[in-house]
Amino acid sequence: MNPGPAVGEDLLRELAPQVLARLVRTHGAGQFDVCEDAVQDALLAAYRQWPADPPSDPLAWLVTTARRRYVDRVRVDSRRREREARGALLAHPLSTPPDGADPDASPADDSLLLLQLCCHPALARPAQVALTLRAVAGLTTAQIANVLQLPEATVAQRITRAKRRLAELGGDLPRPRDAAERLSPVLDVLYVMLTEAHHTTSGTPARDTDLAAEAIHLARLLRRALPNDPEVSGLLALMLLTASRGPARQADDGSLVPLDEQDRTRWDQTLVRGGVALVEATVPGAAPGPYLLQACIAALHAEAADTASTDWPEILALYGVLEVVTGRRNPTIALNRIVAEAQVLGDDAALASLDDLERQHPGLPRLDAVRAHLLERQGRTAEAADAYRHAARATRNLAEQQYLQRRLRTLRTP
Amino acid sequence: MKYLILMQINPTVLEQLTPEQSKLVQDGHEAFMAHIKERGEFVGTQALADPSQSKVVRSVAGTPQTSDGPFAEAKEFLGGFYLVDVEDEARVLELARMIPDTSIDGLAVEVRPVMFSDLGDL
Repeated sequence: MNPGPAVGEDLLRELAPQVLARLVRTHGAGQFDVCEDAVQDALLAAYRQWPADPPSDPLAWLVTTARRRYVDRVRVDSRRREREARGALLAHPLSTPPDGADPDASPADDSLLLLQLCCHPALARPAQVALTLRAVAGLTTAQIANVLQLPEATVAQRITRAKRRLAELGGDLPRPRDAAERLSPVLDVLYVMLTEAHHTTSGTPARDTDLAAEAIHLARLLRRALPNDPEVSGLLALMLLTASRGPARQADDGSLVPLDEQDRTRWDQTLVRGGVALVEATVPGAAPGPYLLQACIAALHAEAADTASTDWPEILALYGVLEVVTGRRNPTIALNRIVAEAQVLGDDAALASLDDLERQHPGLPRLDAVRAHLLERQGRTAEAADAYRHAARATRNLAEQQYLQRRLRTLRTP
Repeated sequence: MKYLILMQINPTVLEQLTPEQSKLVQDGHEAFMAHIKERGEFVGTQALADPSQSKVVRSVAGTPQTSDGPFAEAKEFLGGFYLVDVEDEARVLELARMIPDTSIDGLAVEVRPVMFSDLGDL
């Protein structure tokens, strides 16, 4: 493989996490920070040297160079050297399956190992996201800064701090009770990236690096490592189906187009087919986890031509299951269930359920928006206007606010 | 999540601070800035000149007209702000409590979520 004079950035991005994982496997996750620095050194060296002298085996070149830099870095830092000695105790296998650590672990296993480290539950969510984008997605600090709209120094500091925290933890991953518990922080971080992408990019011009695309890329990596985990497949399917609506969910003026008004012919059919196929392949025999259930619901929407021909009874049933498996702790799920309830049981029943939900969760985002829709459909214009006004004030999403204000104007001038 | 921490200033309150208190406020802001930078939560900060230096440009019969002075006369006014990016609301409130102003009677900070941001090509 010849990266050519320009040094294939894509190639380096793909290889960087594999190199990092190899170092972490050798030296223990307690040395994550030193390993990551060494990989960055090696990437820099590749940028400089490859154009003149392209290696025949780029991965091997990077691993060798990174290992040398690791040793250099450990040598110059006696404090680290002490820790290295102690680190021998910590060099136990981290995320490897029960059948033991494989020194020649596949790139898929490497992704999983790094994802679990970067999404360590002891790190705050923003730190998990930044570290994952850097160490697993292979983005530069500048790219992450651009994606998150933060100063580069802030992102650099966030990553440094996160790596230091991992080093303090000695690379110990918490002892999970089962696979689901082990994976759930990783799935949640990837999902947050996707929702954050929708939130922050609404109404803004497209950026070079697309957070939603990164989230999907990472979910694919994860699925390669765990092809038989229904929640991993469910998350990827949910991401594909959510992303498929991208072109239809934003009006020309940047405001949000809700599901029932979207032009479904503009949904990306390749993504829809990919998501639906994944759901169909995963559901038989699988335990219904939260991501798989949400993917099933998204697939039912994707398969319907419009709101009227949507299988609402099935969606309502799925939301019921989703509420049970999430322990009824998530009021947003309850709110979505009420949207389906309106279609199946009627607006009056749904409005009553909204009142109940509001009593339990005052100030719940989007509750007034749902109420406004139902009231408008009932012809209760004055009450609907009030609800739209409340909802527009309460939202923290600009595109949603523009949409709600548009509905309010339409209501006043029918 | 990004939040703007708006510092509401009252010059009468500030005038009555002892030199020691005044120094504590200044040091407190420096320590606060160092803290949020170290935590990777800092986005930006600005201190604003006194409202007596303000000009207001407003529409009069559909045409922009310029006049001296602040938009609204008030004892308290916006003296400056911190823009931070944090995990959640609990964290930004924790940060707000670390700002020295919030330990001085008569001063306050206001915390508001950011809905849209474009900080240019970072």
